[in-house]
Amino acid sequence: MEITTQQYKHCDLVWVSGRLDSATSPQLAAALQAITDTGRFKIVLDLSAVEFISSAGLRILIHAQKICKRYNRGQIILTNVPQNVYAALDLAGFTTLFKIMNDNLTAVGNI
Amino acid sequence: MRSCTFPGRYESLTKIASFIREAAREAGLDSFSIYTVETAVDEACTNIIEHSYQGENKGKIDLSCKIERSGLTIILRDDGIPFDPEQVPTPRLEGPLEERQGRGLGLYFMRELMDEVRFDFDEKTGNILTMVKYKEKHKG
Repeated sequence: MEITTQQYKHCDLVWVSGRLDSATSPQLAAALQAITDTGRFKIVLDLSAVEFISSAGLRILIHAQKICKRYNRGQIILTNVPQNVYAALDLAGFTTLFKIMNDNLTAVGNI
Repeated sequence: MRSCTFPGRYESLTKIASFIREAAREAGLDSFSIYTVETAVDEACTNIIEHSYQGENKGKIDLSCKIERSGLTIILRDDGIPFDPEQVPTPRLEGPLEERQGRGLGLYFMRELMDEVRFDFDEKTGNILTMVKYKEKHKG
């Protein structure tokens, strides 16, 4: 799994690629925590290159979303979600807990 | 019957995924079914490491696949403590964000994504998990 982040003035854009399973999810958790630990809670997470997500990966997303949304200080927006990843989010009942958008520019502009 | 043994650690999940995808393809499952089988097996192996072995590097995972005309049967064995699915909480799939934990999703995924899921245990064989995925036309 690879994680790349780009910092904008008001938000952070994060790209994740590869498998999000029990082995790799802690890496994503650490990357998101590195952002929220600096007091930044508006995150656009581009999932276009995620090949696989398990419940371990989903738990990381929900945990990070709770931290970002606390006190209305921000949120995580998911972008470019592949069909298989969307199916897992849907099965877990998570699609209502995230804004899901199809391009990063719109997400960065609206977060 | 294809069989392979993997060390009980999360690093094995990528190799387990390749093994199971190939078996599912050979069984003639469609691409979305292949993904669902990969997910169910990933969740099952994570459960074995977490619950049966109570951590990584405590034992091995035996994975066997039976390719049949009707679909694919997957058998997972481990030597850990007996796994009791009744002890796993039912996940909350609705409600506000603060009340969601994501706990129990693994087992829920396995049951939702596979057509049959059965847990067996005895002293000699340890835990045996059998999961079946049927091809579309064989679903009854």
